[in-house]
Amino acid sequence: MAKIIYVDHEGTERAIEATNGESVMETAIKNSIPGIDADCGGACACATCHVYVDDAFMEKVGKPEDMEQSMLDFAENVQENSRLSCQISVSDELDGLRVTTPESQH
Amino acid sequence: MDLSSSKSIVIIGGGQAAAQACASLRLFGFEGDITLIGEEAALPYQRPPLSKAYMKGELAEERLYFKPEAWYQDQNIDTVLSVRATKIDRSAQTVELEHGGTVSYDALIIATGSRPRALPVEGADLDGVFDLRDLADVERIRPRMIAGQKLVIVGAGYIGLEAAAVARQMGLEVTVLEMEERVLARVTSPVMSEFFEAEHTRQGASIRTGARLASLGGADGKVTTAVLADGSELAADMVLVGIGILPNVELAEEAGITCANGIVTDRDARTDDPRVFAAGDCAARPLVHYGRNGRLESVHNAIEQGKLAAAAIMGKPRPPEDCPWFWSDQYDLKLQIAGLSQDYDETVVRGDIEARKFAVFYLQNGKLIAVDAINSPPEFLASKKLIMTGARLAPETLSDTSQSMKEIAAAAV
Repeated sequence: MAKIIYVDHEGTERAIEATNGESVMETAIKNSIPGIDADCGGACACATCHVYVDDAFMEKVGKPEDMEQSMLDFAENVQENSRLSCQISVSDELDGLRVTTPESQH
Repeated sequence: MDLSSSKSIVIIGGGQAAAQACASLRLFGFEGDITLIGEEAALPYQRPPLSKAYMKGELAEERLYFKPEAWYQDQNIDTVLSVRATKIDRSAQTVELEHGGTVSYDALIIATGSRPRALPVEGADLDGVFDLRDLADVERIRPRMIAGQKLVIVGAGYIGLEAAAVARQMGLEVTVLEMEERVLARVTSPVMSEFFEAEHTRQGASIRTGARLASLGGADGKVTTAVLADGSELAADMVLVGIGILPNVELAEEAGITCANGIVTDRDARTDDPRVFAAGDCAARPLVHYGRNGRLESVHNAIEQGKLAAAAIMGKPRPPEDCPWFWSDQYDLKLQIAGLSQDYDETVVRGDIEARKFAVFYLQNGKLIAVDAINSPPEFLASKKLIMTGARLAPETLSDTSQSMKEIAAAAV
């Protein structure tokens, strides 16, 4: 189990107990976190689960793979800490992870 | 018709469009009763993984569900599962259920989806012959996905080819039968068909195009052979049928709602009855980027029409109508499709087919109308936007890999 903290674009925080092995995207969808659409359900096909990873966790979360990176290049308002949340798998190591959702995924 | 003061909304169907409609109605502030009537035993779940990761055993069942059971309780959504709706009475504003009982509605969303086209040959009812449409199908198929078993797949559409890829990766002997002269003939260009055929062949699947199945033969009620029209026979331990789907329009049709290869809707997913909406595979909707009506069999469409219906009911502004998009995973290939290619008059290849990283653009009178992108997200994502703006692009620009898709998109008019 790991606690994931979702921060929306207005700064509202929601802390969720996530299940290891599920993605940060899936955890968000199951808990109706606003700001993540995830239309393709986690297939890395749609780029609508874009989040910003808190600096403190950048290293633990790691870098996107090529496919994800090239998807991210076309997301809106991409930053250094942008990731697709369907590609971040929850583990004990990520306990306390903070991710911020953008105002819109489109 | 303003339906925002509705007390009861009924959704017939339990797939992606239905799940989206539930979520969007609550998001848009609907506080009344929502009843979801689903024929399947399961709560709404994702269908795409059924012929991909889930079939392969790489995805746990609970990860298929959009929302856990508790969510429906929290949201006060009444899920009536394993129950078929048998009649829509539009004057009484009720839906009749198969075991008796009716549910009243102020607004109704028909999200009945589609069903597999039945295999019209003798032996189609033998044990070991399966459709690949819902969770229950895959539960029956998975125990038989054993290395060395002989699998015959009827139909080389996306479902058939995805299943072929999974089966090859699991070590089954795979033969794909396709009536047309090439795979994916209905949905893509010859250059893409040729690529996929070569890929499956390279992966050890036997692709037989121009092959018409005559019958299935069996022993003790179980399938053992596939007999082709030319008289040849193939041994088969299991047969998967993927020859297309038919929209479930009967309930709407019997209720007198206009249907034409799908339940006809306007841009708000509203049928010709102002209280009745249709969403997902079963609906024929305006395709605003193409100037015609059509039915889309896709996740994008189910989500979008679920949202459109909910917004129209709640009197909210119409959500954006995106360029249609699709994807397919086969082996390590990710195919991403934007737009509808049917009416193209020119194709342009960008990238390296040999390197399995390329895109085929489809133009009509110089206008970009669709793209099939293999392991090429930039081509897919850039095209999605370009198609919506009606961009005209020169073939030599599209094929010029010295310019990035970002640069090409920025220069497009």
